[in-house]
Amino acid sequence: MATVTQANPLVEGLERLPVHPTTLVIFGGTGDLANRKLLPAVYNLAHEGALPERFNLIAVSRSDIPHADYREMARQAIMEHSRRKPDEQVLSKLLEQVRYVPGMFDDDSVFDRLDGELREFDQQAGIEFNRIFYLSTAPAFFPVIVGKLGEHGLADHRGAEVRVVIEKPFGTRLEEAVQLNREVLSVLDESQVFRIDHYLGKETVQNMLAFRFANGLFEPIWNRNFIDYVQITAAEDLGIGRRAGYYDKAGALRDLVENHMMQLLTLLCMEPPVTFNADEVRDEKVKVLHAISPPRPQHVVRAQYTAGMAEGKQVVGYLEEEGVPEDSRTETYVALQLEVDNWRWAGVPIYMRTGKRLARKVTEIAVTLKPVPHLAFEAEGSVGVQPNQLVMTLQPNEGVSLSLGAKIPGTRMRIRPVNMDFLYGTAFLSQSPEAYERLIMDAMRGDATLFTRDDEVEAQWRIIDPILDNWEKSDAPLPTYAAGTAGPDEANTLMEPGDHWRAI
Amino acid sequence: MVDAGAVWSAQDTTPGAIEAALRELLKEQFERDEGCAPARVLNLVVVVDREWRGEILNRLERVGRYHASRTILCAVEPRRETIDASVAITTEGHHRAGELELTRERIVLDLGQHHLDKLGTIVDPLVVTDIATVIWSPHGHPEAIDALLHLSQVVLVDSVNEPDPGSAVHRARDLAAEAYVVDLAWLRSTPWRERVASTFDPTQWRPELARITSVKARHHPQSAIAGVLFCSWLSSRLGWEPGPLVPANGTLRGHAHGRRQDVQLELVPDPEMSVPGLAGVEIGTAGGMRISLDRGPGGLTARRHDPKGTDSTWTVLGASRGEAGILGEGIRQALLRDPAYKRALERAAAMVG
Repeated sequence: MATVTQANPLVEGLERLPVHPTTLVIFGGTGDLANRKLLPAVYNLAHEGALPERFNLIAVSRSDIPHADYREMARQAIMEHSRRKPDEQVLSKLLEQVRYVPGMFDDDSVFDRLDGELREFDQQAGIEFNRIFYLSTAPAFFPVIVGKLGEHGLADHRGAEVRVVIEKPFGTRLEEAVQLNREVLSVLDESQVFRIDHYLGKETVQNMLAFRFANGLFEPIWNRNFIDYVQITAAEDLGIGRRAGYYDKAGALRDLVENHMMQLLTLLCMEPPVTFNADEVRDEKVKVLHAISPPRPQHVVRAQYTAGMAEGKQVVGYLEEEGVPEDSRTETYVALQLEVDNWRWAGVPIYMRTGKRLARKVTEIAVTLKPVPHLAFEAEGSVGVQPNQLVMTLQPNEGVSLSLGAKIPGTRMRIRPVNMDFLYGTAFLSQSPEAYERLIMDAMRGDATLFTRDDEVEAQWRIIDPILDNWEKSDAPLPTYAAGTAGPDEANTLMEPGDHWRAI
Repeated sequence: MVDAGAVWSAQDTTPGAIEAALRELLKEQFERDEGCAPARVLNLVVVVDREWRGEILNRLERVGRYHASRTILCAVEPRRETIDASVAITTEGHHRAGELELTRERIVLDLGQHHLDKLGTIVDPLVVTDIATVIWSPHGHPEAIDALLHLSQVVLVDSVNEPDPGSAVHRARDLAAEAYVVDLAWLRSTPWRERVASTFDPTQWRPELARITSVKARHHPQSAIAGVLFCSWLSSRLGWEPGPLVPANGTLRGHAHGRRQDVQLELVPDPEMSVPGLAGVEIGTAGGMRISLDRGPGGLTARRHDPKGTDSTWTVLGASRGEAGILGEGIRQALLRDPAYKRALERAAAMVG
């Protein structure tokens, strides 16, 4: 007779639910992402008492160093990058549970040693730890590592869960993404795969779902009958810094549009899920992506920044940046117009733009409503009635703003737009945790809601891939924009009559 | 560091004048710096003895991220006849270009004992409407709480400050009938409750919950209520019917009737414990399993002796929040709802008589 395990009666009222004891394995444990984000995130979870009651960490990387040296390296990374000053006792206890396995990711002996370390942790504790393999490596190693995990019997573990977290980029073209999915899913079940897009770990991104589906006010107008157009902006004031090697191969389209911005679009346009569970939410997101056709060439603008003024200083253009080939045709700016061809959104233009070295750093979604059908007010002597605009700002000043027409004080009935602002910072006590803290915990809990599913990744690439095909065929000169400006003038050609970009 | 921005003060003043001054200060602040926005999360009304005013203000400064957006501190002097007031708009003092900075308001009222039973009429014009109002009266003054209950949704208490567990439970139950109670004594036990829940969470250990035969809690000598709340929490979650705790050799002992067997309960003061709350817990089961958690460096030291006779020890990581952190957590919890506390209080009432 099957044994039914009762639910744990002790969890009611607890904010932090128990998480099964876990060993986290970071491939690329000495890399930049591990140092700046992953190790500090693990420390902060430990500090808050949020890690599973038993937790181990194994780093795998090429540097041939002993456990002790890696622990010291991890300590330095945490001291430097943690969002809070580390508590020496917590940090020391955490580092006691850290081990290091040196070697190449295609070397079988590395996986044998890893297997030995994992077993030793299990044996010492007398329990089977869940295993999370975090692939924080160059994308070329993703299939290699997953393949080796399979070959060495590490892709499953009797009595415990095995999950693999895969960093972006998940492929650089559709074909690559499909192939990568095929290779990963030949070893793992989709439920074991957690494709990370750290944007989804941001509180304000998740709050878009709360905003849309916890308020009766917006749903009736959230469709083509009331919405005129939508624009999604992810502007950065910084240049590429020291990331020329990565950025020149990726460009703005792959770096931000294919993943982060597409995810924002899906959250904005999806139908309400029946429940907030991983597959229900992702099913709805995928439906949105399936309703988007690749944009026509005239609906895409790319550009590169040239020298200009940014942050009050003269800065060089993209082609003069260190490490960038002088004949590079990589776009540092891209704008496009998309349409979601379904009952709710048909005919509503959705504009997206992202770029480096723009006038200011801002990520926002602006929904412009259709104008009122008849204006009874004076236009003279004022800016007049403007369509309502709902702006959700994701950074830096997270909040929601609604522009409304209001009467200018005086004897005449003159109208100008005013803003009704809601700022997250003013209404909540706590700061948002780092996106990586949330996502690492979700992976340990097995909650994939904020991770990208295989069909989602492929649907994103199906929209983006034809744009890259067109660019590869084109030898037309790349438009440019001066650093510190709002982007190229050509971006205005995307707009339908009457639509306009918001000021950055 | 907190910067005091605009300030105002007056002697022998009125709530109306204070409210007008506050409005003017907010307007001036906005005119001076449009990059500042007033936080609107919750009002915290604190009633304290005058001589402890500075100490409480310092505690409130150290709550970390969890500052109330408007704090109204009422400092009580027994023979004072008039109301003196000071108002300050404060910021965190590290305004970055392009980003908004939050401002908070702090109102300090010096008033007399005779004001307390009408305190609602004084405080009412000063709270921001439509956001939660929390009251905290760490030095007693129950008449002040009674006068403010109609304005507030949440009462912050610290049961370890009551003279004995019986008074603590009865006071908390009375308040819980009128408002949502956030008890700092309960919040101090959160990491312990989370760890015990985790320890029994793996499917191989969960059946042991039904076989618990003993619970022993060590506590700060003045925090017996911490042990009571811990045991009453287990009782409420596991369906035990606890009987009264009786003093025995400096400890409190009793039984709870479980579905399968009785559970021995024991609360032991720990003279080594320097801060309020629990020092350690130990749970034994009929199957021969013993689990203990004790305060240790970097978290709680966990020990498990399993039915096969194997022993293991590990550290459950977590930094101590300190008393300031507990108060901050209390303020944060005022915006949440924990159904487990009220149920634990009901079982606690049976334990303290």
